[in-house]
Amino acid sequence: MPGNPPMTELVPKHLHSASSTAPPSAKIQVRQLNFYYGPTLALKNVDFDVITNAVTALIGPSGCGKTTFLRTLNRMNDQVPGARAEGQVLLDGTDIHGPDVDVTALRRRVGMVFQKSNPFPKTIRENVAFGLRIAGIRDQFVIEEAVEESLRLAALWDEVKDNLDGLALQLSGGQQQRLCIARALAVKPDVLLMDEPASALDPISTGKIEELIEDLKSRYTIVIVTHNMQQAARISEYTGFFYMGELIEYGPTLKIFTTPAEKRTEDYVTGRFG
Amino acid sequence: MTHVSTDSAIISDLSPTDAGGVSLAAPILSGRKSRLLRKLSLLPILTGILTLCVVLMLVIILWNIVAGGIGGLTWEFLTANPTEGMTKGGIFPAIFGTVFLVILMTIFAIPVGVATAIFLRYYAKPDSRMARLVRVAVNNLAGVPSIVFGLFGLGFFVQFVGRGIDKAFYGGGLAFGQPAIIWASLTLAVLTLPVVIVTTEEAMRAIPRDYIEASYALGATRWQTIWRVVIPNSLSGILTGGILAVSRGAGEVAPIMFTGAAYYLPYLPAKLNDQFMELGYHVYVLSTQSPDVEKTLPLLYSTVLVLLLLTFALNALAVLIRMRLRMRYAG
Repeated sequence: MPGNPPMTELVPKHLHSASSTAPPSAKIQVRQLNFYYGPTLALKNVDFDVITNAVTALIGPSGCGKTTFLRTLNRMNDQVPGARAEGQVLLDGTDIHGPDVDVTALRRRVGMVFQKSNPFPKTIRENVAFGLRIAGIRDQFVIEEAVEESLRLAALWDEVKDNLDGLALQLSGGQQQRLCIARALAVKPDVLLMDEPASALDPISTGKIEELIEDLKSRYTIVIVTHNMQQAARISEYTGFFYMGELIEYGPTLKIFTTPAEKRTEDYVTGRFG
Repeated sequence: MTHVSTDSAIISDLSPTDAGGVSLAAPILSGRKSRLLRKLSLLPILTGILTLCVVLMLVIILWNIVAGGIGGLTWEFLTANPTEGMTKGGIFPAIFGTVFLVILMTIFAIPVGVATAIFLRYYAKPDSRMARLVRVAVNNLAGVPSIVFGLFGLGFFVQFVGRGIDKAFYGGGLAFGQPAIIWASLTLAVLTLPVVIVTTEEAMRAIPRDYIEASYALGATRWQTIWRVVIPNSLSGILTGGILAVSRGAGEVAPIMFTGAAYYLPYLPAKLNDQFMELGYHVYVLSTQSPDVEKTLPLLYSTVLVLLLLTFALNALAVLIRMRLRMRYAG
């Protein structure tokens, strides 16, 4: 990974104040991003630095553009007819909209977990192995190793190790979502994008996902969209507040939730609207 | 699922006049009530009677065929050649020819049909001129009378492609430039293509968008997504399309009568350019071309019964597969 300065190691893992001495390094730098669905402007002039090996939460009312923003980070919006991005999204300094960027390679580096768990109707093993197989890895040994490692990382291994050939759709909702996380981790991404990964889960499963995110952030840069203020406050170091397609405020989570600079941010995080 | 939504659409279409129809409700409550009610109750009776007519027709046809054909349905009938000017013996060559024909047809129709469905759904822009053109072509293909396919097959496959092959590879000798099972099966494949395309596209539409997104998010290319997610998840649909195509193709006579079906053959087709006997065509032959139609009548009944059983069995199989497909995505 070129362009990744070694200062990452100096940055404290839990940044609750902007007053730390060494500036944290940015994994993804978004500059003047405008995003259109056909004629509709969905994101207006967004500047955003996603900090390396930290959890960044995106909050805001429904339809504010936070999911759209998340999906521009691995160009999943390419799939949407008529969608168009302007501006720069730099991953380790390289513009992901550049002409020689291989979008499949980009998505292997910037993985994604969706709101609704979406394992393939295949076995648990084949779900995790999917990304490796499409990357052209055929060595069964390598695949077995990666399956186990990914399932361990996703805290699912102990629950499914005796049932790897069982169907993924027979797992519980929370297990399915962790399987999707394992599947995303198997291709060894640097960044993990999560679109309300726990919104469809019960509190216990949600707790497990949050613990998992806590464990993962030492190794991965995580961006998570959430509707749950407490969740954003619990798990993230940085928070960005979106409203009507604009990034209203972005900063350390503690600051956003305690002393926001903007009135609209305060109104939202205290539950006065949204 | 489509049925439910259609029904509810109809209900919602009607409900405004029912619910908001204060003007309608008033006369019902007044003196004209009985006349209106009589009118209304006449409709279910009328439609019921007409429905009964349809069912009755089907029962009469089936009863007639089963009663007339079941007696002649022996092991010998299924396994022997026709003898004595087709007034005795069996229909084995026709059964064999039918099976051979539809297998060949499937081999041609399924890859082309699936490829067309993939193109329409995943490569063509949904409303592009090209996609619309293909859709119009497919819909029109489904509406072309089958005798036209027969003449098309004769003109295009036999006389143009077949003769062309003969000129190029056989020095003008007669090998492929004559009616043969390959031309008949290709003609049938063109005829049944719309069925395969439509059922495959329907199956692909049923695949949850989530699967496709998951695949792309893991770095899959479009083709990898099609090959590893779309096709495996629409296999039952493709299979259903294949079976519906077979059950449609197995009963067609017009497309094959000029392109390869034979009146009688002392041998079974073994090469692609052999002619063949076929059940539907055999029925036609027995009922119109035999020197003594009276004598062939029992054989005719049994042949029709075999053809019907074959078609019904294939349709039942298609329904079963489709039910399993629905159940899989219901949960």
